Amino acid sequence: MRGGLRGGLRGGLPLAAWAYVGGVVAVATALIVTGSFASLDWRALAVLAVLFLVCDSAPALLNVERARVTLSFSASLASVVLLGPLGAALIGACAVVTGQRILAPVKRLFNGAQFALSGYAAGMVFECFGGDRVRPGHSDWVEQSIGPFVGALVTFVVVNLLLITGVLLLSRQATWREMLREGAQLAPGFLGYGMFGLLIAGLWPAVNGFAAVLVLLPLFVARWAFEQTRAQQQAHGATLAALCQAVETKDYYTRGHSERVSRGSVMIAQEIGMRSDRVEAIRYAGMLHDVGKLGVPTKVLQKSGPLTEEELAAIQLHPMRGLEIVREIGFLDEALAGIMHHHERMSGRGYPMGLAGEEIPEFARVISVADAFDAMTSDRSYRGARSIEEAVAELRRCAGEDFDPMMVEAFVRALDSVGWDPPKPVTLPEDDVVETTQQDHDDPTVPLRVAGEVGRA
Amino acid sequence: MNSLEERPAHRHPGNLWQGLDTLQLLLVALAGLVVLVAVTRMTTASPADPEAAVVFGVLVALGELFRMVMPGNREVAPIATAGALGYALLDTVGGVPAHQSPLQVVAVVAIGMFAGSLPHFAVGGAPRLDEMARRLLIIALVALCFRPVADSGLGWGPVLVLMGCAVVASCFLDVTVAAVIRSGAVRARFGIVLRDEIGAKLPLCAATGATAMLIAVATSVMGLAALLIFTAPILVTQFAFRRYAGIRATYLQTVRALSRVTEVGGYVETGHSRRVSGLSVAMGRELGMSEEELLELEYAALMHDIGQLSLGDPIPGGATVLASPREQRRIAELGAEVIKQTGVLDRVAYIVERQCDPYRSADQPAPPLASRIIKAANAYDDLVGDSTDRDRGAAVLERLRLDSAAEYDPTVVEALGRAVDRHPVRF
Repeated sequence: MRGGLRGGLRGGLPLAAWAYVGGVVAVATALIVTGSFASLDWRALAVLAVLFLVCDSAPALLNVERARVTLSFSASLASVVLLGPLGAALIGACAVVTGQRILAPVKRLFNGAQFALSGYAAGMVFECFGGDRVRPGHSDWVEQSIGPFVGALVTFVVVNLLLITGVLLLSRQATWREMLREGAQLAPGFLGYGMFGLLIAGLWPAVNGFAAVLVLLPLFVARWAFEQTRAQQQAHGATLAALCQAVETKDYYTRGHSERVSRGSVMIAQEIGMRSDRVEAIRYAGMLHDVGKLGVPTKVLQKSGPLTEEELAAIQLHPMRGLEIVREIGFLDEALAGIMHHHERMSGRGYPMGLAGEEIPEFARVISVADAFDAMTSDRSYRGARSIEEAVAELRRCAGEDFDPMMVEAFVRALDSVGWDPPKPVTLPEDDVVETTQQDHDDPTVPLRVAGEVGRA
Repeated sequence: MNSLEERPAHRHPGNLWQGLDTLQLLLVALAGLVVLVAVTRMTTASPADPEAAVVFGVLVALGELFRMVMPGNREVAPIATAGALGYALLDTVGGVPAHQSPLQVVAVVAIGMFAGSLPHFAVGGAPRLDEMARRLLIIALVALCFRPVADSGLGWGPVLVLMGCAVVASCFLDVTVAAVIRSGAVRARFGIVLRDEIGAKLPLCAATGATAMLIAVATSVMGLAALLIFTAPILVTQFAFRRYAGIRATYLQTVRALSRVTEVGGYVETGHSRRVSGLSVAMGRELGMSEEELLELEYAALMHDIGQLSLGDPIPGGATVLASPREQRRIAELGAEVIKQTGVLDRVAYIVERQCDPYRSADQPAPPLASRIIKAANAYDDLVGDSTDRDRGAAVLERLRLDSAAEYDPTVVEALGRAVDRHPVRF
């Protein structure tokens, strides 16, 4: 999109797309060639062109799969105000020589042409609304030009998105639905960065190109901070995963369990349309849900046969131990609730609190489904892994009683569309007698047994 | 002071003066005096251009309202600082010359800062007087130097150059004063603290300075309405830095919290990892480590026992100093293996890997400083535990001293002695 079709326009284009690209380029060229260059401010044009190219070559502020938003957007909008339609078109055409990466010539040509058209259209709208009658640098300039400017900005964004959508649709690289979603994601960024163009234009008469430095410096610093934030987020995620892995290394059968429960929880969360920050939180909650199991003495987990009351209590305490450990992390409270209540059941017979139905926090209802599913599809010392179909049937059988039917159905839908990699069969090291876990508290098909009672958990 | 990013943000209002040393008190007193003079002056003489004063005052107040804490427990208020600097640099408002005196600038900024701090007060967060005093005094200095220039009627060229100089100077003054205060508070060497301070603040300083000039120029050309839209870039910056500070804090919290899994699993005594990390950071400061190194040291110290998780059964009492050297080395290697899995903490992994190696050894190079620190801190904590008995601590120190030269680095053991002396209350 803006700043270029990044991965788009692969290989051979259909004829219709070639015709479309040709048409756009021809219109843009015609507009520029037939324009009158007499009143153009060549010095401002040169400075803005340099600014455009510098910003466009710098790493982007916002990246989506197919598009990038760079600060060159501000330069384009400033040129709309300062240079009028023709100047804006010329600045847009600079995208042909942009240095951001090695783009195929056809992409460069198309990008340049579509920016030129967007700039021209925005310039025309700005003039129509009377924006050009107030010269920048006067005391009431802000009040008078903000209306025309917003009109021009919206025009620029809309024309830009439509032209790109056209080429991606014709070359069958995107569907309408994808384009709408991506457009909605990008639009706020476009509009925001575009507004900075007004700031540059407003200061231009007083300090010329220095205006751009003053406006863009804080934004480049912000970009640096965003980059740092992303690096830290990745490091944080990796560290969390590594530590969770460390917690489960002792047990050959549950290795990777946290990671998979995290993945399953995210699948359900996305399927039921959770907000992205909540999805992030549930990713961590899923990863950390069993961290308290470390507080359960190893001999209890390795005991085969029925447990005593105390041993059962030790196992049932693990969500609370987990909560104790992670409470201090600056999490959403919801993630904590998810960790604490992931063994509650819809019928109210779970632990640690015995909550029932809707009382159980949403996160916990999500995690418990993914948790049980992974337990069933993994190898255990006392049985082999079940197939995905068997596990789904079991989840459905227990829906309503143990699991929230809505979450189970969401998970089944997600399994159909995304799929699932069950863990590899466990091969125990041969050299010595490995003590293995005999008790799996997550497995709904084999409830924990207490000596003297049957089938209780 | 046992951690890098501890936030004493919730000091109670009653303890406003607690924890301020002489230098900070001096700074606060000086700022108070300047404000007193400025406000008195404001009430006697009628202010120049009251409308601009009110608008800039509101901007500063809003900026103070949204101040934030950056990594390393540094309080910043980029919007307020940019607004205040902008007001000090302002030479006309929409073409009409502005004649605010330096004292008026100080008074407006001080009132704005006070108003913006009221909501913080209301929710129980005491303001950090020294940080506010520093910000205010720097504005006062810039105003004092720049107001005559602004009134002199120079053209845009020279004015811009002088503005740039004023902004850069204010940045350097800010980091220098902050470094002086910090080096007093954490007892670290000035040069190192200054470097840390510059590294931590420079990007934000650049953004704030540019915005201050932007505000001054825009308001001069286009009047006060420009202020509304010309603060937009710094808003984006503030948003970005707030997120950065948030994730940094969360990261540390996560490592701290998860370092406790060894306690919950019964591998080490309760509080061991945290005490070792607190002690290690204090020793690292004594030994002149930079902030970045201290953060790595803290991570490594928190996770130094993580390798025990891979052991079948906990070591009795969890004290690794009592385990056999082979076992110790095995735990260190397993721990390093876990940390290496993250793919981003390789240096931390190396520190953990070398944590039990002797200081002098015939067949391998000396372990890094951080490992030597953790080795000593770990031994001290294993032998003293959470006991607060000073004699016991002294006896353990004596034992470590006897072992030093071969097993422990003597300078590190000395630093341990000083750190323990300075914080008689256990970490």
